[in-house]
Formats: sequence, structure tokens, C-alpha cells
Amino acid sequence: MTYIAKPKFHHPGLKKNELGYTHRDYEGKISTLCAGCGHDSITASIIEACYELSIEPHRVAKISGIGCSSKTPDYFLGNSHGFNSVHGRMPSVLTGANLANRDLIYLGVSGDGDSASIGFGQFAHSIRRGVNMTYIVENNGVYGLTKGQFSATADRGSKSKKGVTNTDNAIDLVAIALQLGATFVARSFSGDKTQLVPLIAAAIRHKGASFIDVISPCIAFNNHAGSTKSFDYVREHNDAVNRLDVLVGRDPIAVDYAPGTVQVVEQHDGSKIALRKIDADYDPHDRLGAQTFLARHAAKGQIVTGLLYVDPEAEDLHEHLNTVETPLNTLEADTLCPGSAVLDKINASLR
Amino acid sequence: MSDKKPISSVNDFVVRFANVNGSGSASANEMFARAILRHGVPVSPRNIFPSNIQGLPTWYEVRVTEDGHLGARGGVDMMVAMNPQTWDKDVAGIEPGGYLFYDSTKPMPSTKFRDDITVIGVPLTAITNSTYTDPRQRQLFKNIIYLGALSALLDMDAKLIEQLIGEQYKGKEKLLSSNVHALHLGRDWALQNLKCPLGLRIKKSDKVGDRIFIEGNSAAALGAVYGGATVCAWYPITPSSSVAEAFTAHCKKYRHDPETGKAKYAIVQGEDELASIGIVIGASWNGARAFTATSGPGISLMTEFIGLSYFAEIPAVIMNIQRAGPSTGMPTRTQQCDIIACAYASHGDTKHVLLFPEDPAEAFEFAAAAFDLAERLQTTIFLMLDLDIGMNHRLCRPLKWDDAKQYDRGKVMTAEMLDEGRDFGRYLDVDGDGIPYRTYPGTHPTKGSYFTRGTSRDRYARYSEEGSVYADNMQRLMRKFETAQDLVPRPLQANAERPTKYGVIYFGSTSPAMDEAIGLLEARGHQLDRMRIRAFPFHSSVASFLAEHDFVYVVEQNRDSQLRQLIVNENGIDPVRLVPIVHYDGTPITARFIAKAIGDHQDHLKVTPLRKAVS
Repeated sequence: MTYIAKPKFHHPGLKKNELGYTHRDYEGKISTLCAGCGHDSITASIIEACYELSIEPHRVAKISGIGCSSKTPDYFLGNSHGFNSVHGRMPSVLTGANLANRDLIYLGVSGDGDSASIGFGQFAHSIRRGVNMTYIVENNGVYGLTKGQFSATADRGSKSKKGVTNTDNAIDLVAIALQLGATFVARSFSGDKTQLVPLIAAAIRHKGASFIDVISPCIAFNNHAGSTKSFDYVREHNDAVNRLDVLVGRDPIAVDYAPGTVQVVEQHDGSKIALRKIDADYDPHDRLGAQTFLARHAAKGQIVTGLLYVDPEAEDLHEHLNTVETPLNTLEADTLCPGSAVLDKINASLR
Repeated sequence: MSDKKPISSVNDFVVRFANVNGSGSASANEMFARAILRHGVPVSPRNIFPSNIQGLPTWYEVRVTEDGHLGARGGVDMMVAMNPQTWDKDVAGIEPGGYLFYDSTKPMPSTKFRDDITVIGVPLTAITNSTYTDPRQRQLFKNIIYLGALSALLDMDAKLIEQLIGEQYKGKEKLLSSNVHALHLGRDWALQNLKCPLGLRIKKSDKVGDRIFIEGNSAAALGAVYGGATVCAWYPITPSSSVAEAFTAHCKKYRHDPETGKAKYAIVQGEDELASIGIVIGASWNGARAFTATSGPGISLMTEFIGLSYFAEIPAVIMNIQRAGPSTGMPTRTQQCDIIACAYASHGDTKHVLLFPEDPAEAFEFAAAAFDLAERLQTTIFLMLDLDIGMNHRLCRPLKWDDAKQYDRGKVMTAEMLDEGRDFGRYLDVDGDGIPYRTYPGTHPTKGSYFTRGTSRDRYARYSEEGSVYADNMQRLMRKFETAQDLVPRPLQANAERPTKYGVIYFGSTSPAMDEAIGLLEARGHQLDRMRIRAFPFHSSVASFLAEHDFVYVVEQNRDSQLRQLIVNENGIDPVRLVPIVHYDGTPITARFIAKAIGDHQDHLKVTPLRKAVS
């Protein structure tokens, strides 16, 4: 509850990361979501990932739309600026913020209603443009805040809590993100923190449009028999293709894996992702292969999770626009304004 | 043949070109206007074009005006009828005693002409076809050939046109000489075969001075460059697209780092107007100067974000190049019809700052100022242009910039200020002007962060649905709007020679027609004090002006007299004292229209005093 202030003190022996921050420094306000909500687990995973990456908390800008998921940026990284914007419009706000200051880390938090329905267009176009961001959809298949209507990611044939069967086809955001050229695409499950935390960390270190679809059961409206987004259903149908560890900077590449089971992906910034293969044939550098793999498994009712595609040499929107290295929001009249002498010449050319 | 004396006029007439869209006539017609300017004679050209790329009728009208009346005049003294589709209407539109210029290659039945005009036939197609074989060349040079013929008929100096051609095709010798050749083909034919010059003539003068000739959209875009805009997001829509295109062109010239070649700007063509304004809001939230350009339908789509900008207090600049609405309306016709839509855009109680430039020079100034205002007031600033200013070349004073000027970045709390222990409340009014401090994201590791939201919150940006907290914030927003009154451009007042009980209020593109109408009204014996409104919220002098006059005419280009509504609403004025003068057929308002509407109303007011009637 928001009226309860979160106590600031913590155990003196709490572990510190490379920058000297503890977990607590990455937390936010107390969540106002329902007890047991999958979204709170994602919040915890974001905190964990940022702690492990030793990110300066204030160098993250967290931007969301409207809905249960979009409330969560208030519950992590309390020293970061957050922006709970307009329903379905997180991607455009994030794009603008990113253009203004390329030096911050951009975390876009959205839901399935926010990204697959009202904001489907903005989701698509921000991915197309290659905005350098980590775009997380907390996907529960329902509108929680308005009490349980189906969203566009609800599977055809799944049942609502009131017993209504969904007759519309589902939108698979992962498939769309792959098709639109996202350069880091993953799916995970809010109940699987060991898979989710490194995925978020790797996505943050990825330069380009990173998209993570996180199935996150709605405890209040979509966790019953007949739902395909319930804890039980997702656990039963989860088909993880890989698990990963993110290795940054000084960390040596972990060698305690059985030979042949690990694929190391080096990202643009030098960070490394060690992928522990579960499906030996799965190649996360093959966009077309990933699309086929997903479609085949979806037809069998399986929910494919893991790092599905990554292009370690991706370019972002700033490279496409050839913008200066200095953040645009720091430029002043001395570099932006051509001045009166130039204006006189312009005037002369207009006579 | 003529039973009406041909019009005789030097440096004061209207020529209208009737063309087919896509025939390449625009550049020849524009050259005609520029050539007259080079004679030192002011012109006011207007493009009347369809929502179409090829095939539909288009007109280009040049008002030649030694007296410098830059509004549309109405009526046509000479029609250059190059479009068979509109022939009948074009011929019918010529003033009695006027002139018809046409391509006489194919004989026309006499019923297609009029007895009271002078008909000038030039076999343009025949001349073109005997000189050129390439179809595209034939089409393009035909335009230059009629320009040449007109230059002889109107007694223009061919050297000045050659000079213009030289400037346009600098470095492209082949094009240059072939254009000059075509010009003389037409000119020589006219000199040899027609009685030159006509009663309509261009005579060298010195009335242009140092004025420049520029489109409002280009000037506004240049204002954005000078005003420090670094992010532009837009979605194509007539008549605003050329703002973003001009901004792109200006930035390519003036905004690349000379060493690295990198861009000191970012331009994104959004997927729609929602994304465009979203990008602007995101960039401004993060401390960059950002803008979008759009027109009515785009404003409708943007309103949710505009409300967020108002309530969460995020700067934004929206250039609205107005066109005739509602709905898709008349996309290529002008109006001032989004006044109410912009002033109160979005659900809930909102009010927004509007700027009303009268011409390209003010569009430049106000565009640059809009970014200072947006950051100072932390809200949306609308630059209210319209198609008439935006998409037509207009003669105006040269653009000016003071190099000593620094940008006003508004109240931004820095890391140093936070470290000094300054109390940071994102919505805390510390100076009594209703304007709080903001921090940019990433400013300080432990201080100054806050959560931006469209929901209600307290002075420290903490979520709250407490009634008193909400009301406190809404009242501060009103205070901030009152602060805006003294920051925006003030109205300009010009009083009549003799004291009068009557006044007139006008704004934006109505300006040149209004200035001219005042002369016409004075000639009819009507004295009027004038006030040109340049911004909303209205300065207190607007209320004084209303109080000082019995009747005030409000002249505007929309059906519902929207500015009048806004004045009545914001000043609590008796509406009876504000007389609407509205023009809304999509053509630019004229002095003739204004003078007639106001003059007729004034005549009605002149009842014989009772005492006189009795005695």
C-alpha cells in the first residue's frame, strides 16, 4: 500500500556490487499490485539484473504506458526518473527520450493491452527503428485494472474467469518483433527468475532494440483452469531453448559447463552471454530459423522461452540518424544557432 | 469588339494563371512573380492548388501592388488560361475590361470568348512543337515561352528575368541557355505579332526595399533551427509537411559538425501524429528542444498527449498549419479554424498558449520564441500558422537574430543545486509564478528523481487522489497560465486618426487584408481603432481595448468566430458588443470583403439621432 512508507534501513552486512550499491538502492516504492502478481516477480528480476550489472541507478530512464504493468516502474529503481505516460504510447515517449540523451539506459515497461492492442503500432514502429532500449512486455493476456477482459495476446480458445471463450486469434509479440527486425528477442516466464534475470541483463547490455515478452500470470483474473497464461499452464508448456549467464567486463568466461553445451555470444559493448543450450539445434543467430521454430512449437501448444534471437553487431537509431556523440539535450545556442551572419546571407538569398 | 474600355493600370493589377497540376507551371509562374519583385514592385502571390499530384486544375495568382497590399484582392485583371478544363469559369472570372491570354494554336469558337475583355492569342503549342521534339521539354518550355510573351505584353525588363534564370540554373549552363532561349521565343513572338505593351504594365519602382520573399513554413522551420530545436518528429499532412522538409533542409546546411559530419539534430518521420507528439514529449521530458508540425486532423489525434503535457508539465512545441476543417475538410484551402480546438485541447480543464504570427518574419520569430516559452512554462506552445502564410511566398521584413541571445531553458534544477540542499518538489511553486522546477533524468545519483505521470499527484510528485491536493495543483496551473500572459507577444494597437467608439480585432494571416481594409473604410468615412492579437492567453490590454469601444469587430477566417468566442469566454464580455466578421470559404480573406462587411454594419449603426429627427 502506498501509504506505508518503505523503511530505509537494511542489514549492515548486505552485499554490495562493484559500485558499492546494495539491492536496496535499486528498489522503489512498495507495490500496489495484488499479492502474488507475476509483475512483482518481474520487478524483482529487473532490480536483480540492474544490481548485478552495477548500473548507476539514476542513469536509467524507465518509461511505461498505462495498466498494471505500467505502474511497476514506480516499484523499482527509486532513484531513476520514471514516466508513466499515455496508454499504448510508451514506445514513442521512449524514442523521444532516447533521441534527447543517448547516454542513459532506457527501460520500456508495457503490458499486453498496452503493446498488443492500443499500442500495437507504436510497439511495431519503435522496434522497426532500432531504438536502443530494453522493451519488456509483462504479458498476462488480460486487462487487469479494468477487471479481466481479454487482451490481444489471449490465446484462441482460452477461457476467461467468467467462463467466456476467446474466439479471436492471439498476437504473438515475439514473432512480430522478430519479423520487424528486433536485434535481441527473448521470451521468459515471471515464475522463472533464473532465466529472466540474465535475459534482462543481456538485453540492457544489448545495443539496439531488445524485446522481452514475459508471461506473467494475473493472479486475480487469469490464473484459472482454461487459461493459457496461468502459472500451472505456463509451467507445463514452457519449452526453454536455452538458459544464460551474462558476463561483464572483468568476469572471466565461466568454464564450468560441459563442453559443447555452451555458446558464447559477445555483444557490441564487450559483455558476453554464455548460452547453455537445452535444445542443441537451436541457433539464436538465425532470424528465419527462430521464426519457424516458434511457429512450429506454437502449433503444438508449447511456449518457447529463452534467448530466441540476438544480433551482437546491431546498429541503433542514433547510428541511422548519424547524430553527434554528445547528448542533444546538452547542446546550447553556441553550437545550435547558426547566428546573425548566416541569417544575413539567408536573407540575401531570398531577394 | 470590346464594348468596355480595357483596364489601364501600372503596377496595380491581378494576374491569374490557370494550369493543370503537374505540368511544371509552378516554377515559371513563381519566376514571373519574382521578376516583378526585381523591378522593385511588391507582389503577393498565392497558389490555389488541389489535393492532387497530377491532372486537376491549379491556379497561381499574382497580385501586383505598388502600394504593398499583400492580402488577396479578389477579382482577376488578366487571366492566363492554360487549362481547358476550367476555361469557361476562368473566362467568366475576368473583370470587365480585363485581358485573356491563351494558347491560340487551335482555333476556338467565338462563343468561348467575351466581348468586354481583350483577348490575346499566342500559338504557344505551335511555337513549342516547332522548336522541341521531346514531350517533357515541350511541356516545360511552353511555360517559359508564355512567361516570355507576358514579359513583352506587360513591358517587363527581359534582363531581370534572364538574371533570375541565371541564378536558378547556376552551374547548369545547358539548362540556363535553353531557358533563356525559350524566354525569348515567346517574347520575340509577342513583340513581332502583338501590340505591346498592354494597358497593364510593370514600371520599375523602389517599393520592395530590403524585404525578403519566403514561405511561412520555411521561415518557421528556420525559427526552429535558430531556436535550438534538436528533435523533430512529424507525420506528413498538408499544409504542414513543408515545415519538416524545410527543417530537414536547413539542418543539413547548418547543423552538421564540421569535423565529424555528425548531425546536431534528430528528425523522425513518425508512423502517425500520436507517435510524433509522443516523441516530442519524450524528448522534451529529457531536456531537448523538440517540436512537431501538423494540421487540424493531426491536432485531433494529438489531444491526449497535449493534456499530458499540460498536466504533467512537459514542454512541447506544436506548429499547426491550419487548413479548412472539420474532418478532412478542404486539405488545400486556408482557414483559421483550430483556435478553440487548440486553446482548450484535451479532456478535463486545460488551457494552452497560442501564438499567432502574421507573416513569415513573425513565424520565424515566434517559432524561435516558442521553444523559450515551452521550457519556461513547461507546457505545450502552439504556433498557429495557416496555409495562406505557410505555403505561399510572402514579402516580409528580413529575418533578424541577436547573437547575444541565450536560450531560456526555464527552471531546471541541477546536480549542484540539489547538492546545495535546495528543496526539490517537482510541482512545488517556490517563486509564486506557478512554475515549478524540474530535473532532467540522470541528473543526480540520489536526489531529484521523480515519477512523471498523468495522474494526480502532490507537490512532491507523489500519487494522490486527495481532493485538496488535486485542487491545489489545478489552481497553480491557473497561476502559471496567468504568468504566461506577460511572457507571450503582446497585442499591437493602432488607433484611428480621430477618436472612435469602434474597434476591430484581428490576427494572423488576416493582417494584410485588414491593413488594406482600413484605408477602404476610411474612404467610406469609418474610423476604427485596430488591435492585432498575437497570442493567447490574452494580455490585459485586450480587456482595456474592449472596454474603450462600444462595438468591436472580430475579423477571422472560420465560421463560428472562434477567436470571438475565446475573447468572450476568457474576459466575461457581453457578446453583443463583439461583432463577428467571418470569412470561411477556404480562400484567403480580402480587404474588399472586410471593408464591405464592416462598412455595411457601420452604415446600419448610423441611425439619425432622435433630437435631430424631432427638430
